[in-house]
Amino acid sequence: MGRYVIRRTGAAIMTLIAASIVIFAFIHLIPGDPVYVMLGDGATPEQVAALRDRMGLDEPVVVQYLIWAGNALQGDLGQSIFFDTPVTQVIREGAETSILLALITMVWIVAFGVPVGILAAIRQGTVIDQGLSGLAMLLASVPTFWVGLYLILIFAAGLGWFPSSGYPSIFEEGGLANLRYLILPSLALAAPNAALILRLTRASMLDVAREDYVRTARAKGIAPSRVVLRHILRNALLAVVSAFGFTFAALISEAVVTETVFALPGVGRTVVQSILRRDYPVIQGVILIIVCMYLVINLAVDLSYRLLDPRVELE
Amino acid sequence: MLSVENLVVSVGRGPDIVRGVSFGIEPGEILGLVGESGSGKSMTSLALMGLLPPKLGISAGQVVLDGADITHLAPHQRVRRKCGKVAMIFQEPMTSLNPVLRIGEQIEEAVRVHDPDADAPARARELLDMVRIPDAAHQLSAYPHQLSGGMRQRVMIAIALACRPQVLIADEPTTALDVTVQRQVLGLIRELCDSLHMGVLFITHDLGVVAQLADRVAVMYAGKLVETSDVGPLFRAPLHPYTAGLMACLPDPESDDPALATIPGAAPRPGDIPDGCPFAPRCDRAAAPCRSGPVPLAHGAPGQSARCHFPLNERASA
Repeated sequence: MGRYVIRRTGAAIMTLIAASIVIFAFIHLIPGDPVYVMLGDGATPEQVAALRDRMGLDEPVVVQYLIWAGNALQGDLGQSIFFDTPVTQVIREGAETSILLALITMVWIVAFGVPVGILAAIRQGTVIDQGLSGLAMLLASVPTFWVGLYLILIFAAGLGWFPSSGYPSIFEEGGLANLRYLILPSLALAAPNAALILRLTRASMLDVAREDYVRTARAKGIAPSRVVLRHILRNALLAVVSAFGFTFAALISEAVVTETVFALPGVGRTVVQSILRRDYPVIQGVILIIVCMYLVINLAVDLSYRLLDPRVELE
Repeated sequence: MLSVENLVVSVGRGPDIVRGVSFGIEPGEILGLVGESGSGKSMTSLALMGLLPPKLGISAGQVVLDGADITHLAPHQRVRRKCGKVAMIFQEPMTSLNPVLRIGEQIEEAVRVHDPDADAPARARELLDMVRIPDAAHQLSAYPHQLSGGMRQRVMIAIALACRPQVLIADEPTTALDVTVQRQVLGLIRELCDSLHMGVLFITHDLGVVAQLADRVAVMYAGKLVETSDVGPLFRAPLHPYTAGLMACLPDPESDDPALATIPGAAPRPGDIPDGCPFAPRCDRAAAPCRSGPVPLAHGAPGQSARCHFPLNERASA
């Protein structure tokens, strides 16, 4: 187990280094002088010189990377060109919204996708299964922004149950009640992903149900519900758990759209605005952090997989 | 003790796969059920267990164990009704154990269902000892992938014995094993059958195994039993031409002819089975009466009978 953890962690670190090189390089890969790319054509020579100096662009590229990476390791991702504040601060301002949005979304996905997938599998071929599978197909096919707009139309504009946009911090007035601002966005974000998890859970359950060891379990005379929970579900979840890594990747890209639709002050919206403002240090910083989170989550998935499946031991 | 009366298994509204099979098994007796792939022997055994796959069902007949009708009861219903138990071991020991649960957990689970008051870990260890797994206490915490095929089949037997079954069904339990391991497992089954006074239905397509192990033999062809006999008379003087044909297919080490004998043609598929004797199209003794109407029972040695108009001992019976 110890060696497995070390090897997986080492692989994650190598990936991070490779990703950081790509992230660093992209500003140099854009045609033209990065300074003009950032400042636009109307920049004055003083502005150009100041930025060139601040970014250390006169140093060799390798040195620039090492400085950038070294600073990043110490928690310094540089200065935002637009806000003229540290990038970490810009990201921190959006982090609360984005993290809470991701957590609530994951709760929906797990709470809806897995149990409903089990239900569809147990009722395979019945009207219930066909209805749920059809619903899943529909949700998986519809774009997030469209679901978001309809949720706003029905539950915010129509019924008035939830606010349609924005999000005041839970540390401000309103406290935890402010979470209601995140209900509709998280539902929109969860819909296609929960649908995928539902379909995966159902398919995986049906696969496992055909295994010889499930027949052995039935032959023992244990209750059918126990056969499902202990023998089928336990093995079916192996496939579902490994899908959570991919689901997270999907969440990141879809969160950008969702935060825009619901005007949430999250990291996703920060990225979109930073791209429009050509605020490259912020973009680099956000991407680097997303890569880190993605690696950590996949590492966690790999390690939990090892706990769930004893066969993964020595490979 | 276990009696099967005119059992019919069919696929939904489709053809019958098992077409009226009757036999009985006494305590301490091993009945070998022999037949080719697709003859319906596995479906017969799953029907006895109450484990037929979805869409298949028992459409006629009866399974009675110790006087109780268990025909339509799944295993968990049999537990609830406290009727006699039938346990089963399967062909594929490699895939028949849950890969993510320890051996001990899988045996204890079976123990708890049938003996809620028992000390499950102790009983699990005792069962592993019964199936001759060395170092039982240690093996309880092993996962299936850490054991060999032979060991896994022993674990399967231990799980089956957990319910103290009156009858053990063994569906080709040694087909997937090495020959030496096969002999050990067969020896174990014989021994448990004798010491626990348990009936065994041993399903196989291997006549050599039947000759070694079984007390009585039932030969199945196209969903029907064509011959039933004590093991001695069957091998000395088979009545049914199909049984004789199967024996002729066994390699003869004395013979100089390298070619193996075969039965010409192929077994009919369910839904495509001719009237009268199903073996008639491949039988060199077949005549007009074989191709229509019911086939009478012919008798040979005591306890030996076959469904045949022209049994091989006809000189004796005529």
